[in-house]
Amino acid sequence: MADLAAAQDRASVTSGGMVSRFLKATELDTRMLGMLGALAIIWIGFHILSGGLFLTPRNLWNLSVQSASVAIMSTGMVLVIVTRNIDLSVGSLLGFVGMVMGVTQASFLPQFLGFEHPATWIIALAVGIAVGAMIGGLQGFIIAYLGVPAFIVTLGGLLIWRGSAWWVTSGRTVAPLDSTFRLMGGGANGAIGAQWSWIVGIVACVALVLLLWMARRQRRRFNFPLRPLWAEVFLGVVGSGFILACIAVVNAYPLPPAIARRYAEDNNIPIPEGGLFISHGIAIPVLMAVGVGVIMTFLARRTRFGRYVFAIGGNPEAAVLAGINTRWVMMKIFILMGVLAAIAAAVSSARLNAATNAMGTLDELLVIAAAVIGGTSLSGGVGTIAGAMIGAVLMQSIATGMILLGVDTPLQNIVVGVVLVVAVWLDTIYRKRVKV
Amino acid sequence: MTEISENTNSSAGNVPLVELRNISISFGGIHAVNNASVELNAGEVVALVGHNGAGKSTLIKILSGAYKRDAGSIYVQGEEAHIANPRDAKRYGIETIYQTLALADNVDAAANLFLGRELRTRWGTLDDAAMESATRRVMGRLNPRFQRFKEPVSSLSGGQRQSVAIARAILFNARILIMDEPTAALGPQETAQVSDLVRQLKADGIGIFLISHDIHDVFDLADRIVVMKNGQVVGTARTSDVTEDEVLGMIILGKCPPGAVPGPGALQVATAA
Ligand SMILES: Nc1ncnc2c1ncn2[C@@H]1O[C@H](COP(=O)(O)OP(=O)(O)OP(=O)(O)O)[C@@H](O)[C@H]1O
Ligand SMILES: [Mg+2]
Repeated sequence: MADLAAAQDRASVTSGGMVSRFLKATELDTRMLGMLGALAIIWIGFHILSGGLFLTPRNLWNLSVQSASVAIMSTGMVLVIVTRNIDLSVGSLLGFVGMVMGVTQASFLPQFLGFEHPATWIIALAVGIAVGAMIGGLQGFIIAYLGVPAFIVTLGGLLIWRGSAWWVTSGRTVAPLDSTFRLMGGGANGAIGAQWSWIVGIVACVALVLLLWMARRQRRRFNFPLRPLWAEVFLGVVGSGFILACIAVVNAYPLPPAIARRYAEDNNIPIPEGGLFISHGIAIPVLMAVGVGVIMTFLARRTRFGRYVFAIGGNPEAAVLAGINTRWVMMKIFILMGVLAAIAAAVSSARLNAATNAMGTLDELLVIAAAVIGGTSLSGGVGTIAGAMIGAVLMQSIATGMILLGVDTPLQNIVVGVVLVVAVWLDTIYRKRVKV
Repeated sequence: MTEISENTNSSAGNVPLVELRNISISFGGIHAVNNASVELNAGEVVALVGHNGAGKSTLIKILSGAYKRDAGSIYVQGEEAHIANPRDAKRYGIETIYQTLALADNVDAAANLFLGRELRTRWGTLDDAAMESATRRVMGRLNPRFQRFKEPVSSLSGGQRQSVAIARAILFNARILIMDEPTAALGPQETAQVSDLVRQLKADGIGIFLISHDIHDVFDLADRIVVMKNGQVVGTARTSDVTEDEVLGMIILGKCPPGAVPGPGALQVATAA
């Protein structure tokens, strides 16, 4: 009998054809591949329609910076939605925390430290993160321990924190911000340059290879079936190639001539004929978003906390019966969401070089859309951090592309709305096919 | 293993492994369990039988910490046990196979087996490989044909899911095992395997509560039978002292035969007559 089952297993492997054999060997997520395919189509489509304006280092670099804030928050929204909750307050929370950080660095800290103190940015960020965590914790407490539905609590939060954002300064915009703090927003200075970008890229490649190798060694230790060696090599090569290609793109975007000249003068670099080419490199907010993505993926996949989040999403009752303190896990998710909203607030306000009480308006919808387009199921239990971040880039690509094409704002909204519904519809079809 | 021999000793000293005393719980107006007392010795299989909605699952869920009782107390090896949640119950070595299986459908078998008690590497991260390895071992004992270790349990068959739930209960060296209709979804071969498992665990000195609607199975496996009706215990009997028909009479009519010790739910007219 056991032989029969094994034989059937083998039969189903060989009958699948080249593509499915390849997918099985590499264990790649087909849904994620589909999304990357959609992203490629969108990019190429806009590139052609805009007459070659989309796939330029400059546009892609800007796209990466503009996606950062929503991408950061979408990683937390995945966990929120996986546990069958929702957080409608993140946009308002971003606005409020942004105002708090703005006031901290522009009017509160200068009383003690003066302007442009080297510690200002970190204190402001820490205050923001603490406030975000507290608000998230408060909302999480009401949801998890008092049993008020997340939809209602965070809908209340949406109004409360937006109103509070106005109250902080009675509606006045806070500007300018601390110049170190502003680096978190990208811009000409807020990027790490060519050399550091290559270093980051190489470290990432090494980490990727190391991860593949360690996973393989672990499986061998227990005599589990291994991926074929060619599949491992393929993953390593393609992954590294992708990372290095990204670095090459951001390094191909030079600083504007005026800034490059000033930089050269400051550092006593002679200016060659035909201008100086100084690369932007990876923008700091993008680096932050990637870092957040890595940490959140680690949390979701490699820790007990992440395991519990998914188990609660799959079957809340079973999680309780397994002895999991589901309320506390739920509250932690909302604390995490608050922290991420604070980091996103730092990025957004730094990019604006101002904190305004309207900052982050409607961001909650973009964040939820990014998570859902990224494969997070609203019925709970399913979702990936990487998917949500790609979802954020996808949404931003559509917005940027339409701006390049000169599409009016109302039409932009219509298109984004349609894309959201179609994406989820396609996802529904996909899930029915593969029955995940 | 030393623990188990202790259990056997204490049962020799006539202290039951578990004792549920005068347990009551109601949901809204319904007395799901009403003043029920049951005991279980080490190395003993006690079957809980009764009509649908009799209160069997509710009673054992109180023991497993899933429900908070309104009244009554629980004793483990003669000492009062404080069981307020499933974690407490597990600390007393009480493992449960729920009627609803209580599996997280979206994660794989290993994640379910270790849910709440994950193995971790020395860096505190999940040790998935070690968990999968242990899962393969225990599943091999229950259902050797099972190979789908990487898939979420939602994609498994009903019987395979049940095997996963059983594997989870026996993985952590239970002292007290609660099985709520463990073979409802299993094929004949797998059912026989579970019966063998029950005998084996019993021989190891584990006490087992078995809930089943299959009177044949009950007589085959159980040492004693506790019959419940409308939340009350009709009576308790050794399987050797009663016939299947008499047990059916207890289940359906609440009539206590001479071989059984009547409980609060026994038909009073019958005893008077
Ligand atoms: N969580 C609950 N909320 C409200 N009522 C409940 C709950 N759980 C059980 N009940 C009620 O308690 C009574 C006993 O249910 P229980 O599940 O214990 O029956 P059972 O003996 O296990 O039946 P079955 O053989 O069908 O599994 C039923 O009337 C049921 O409707
Ligand atoms: Mg039941």
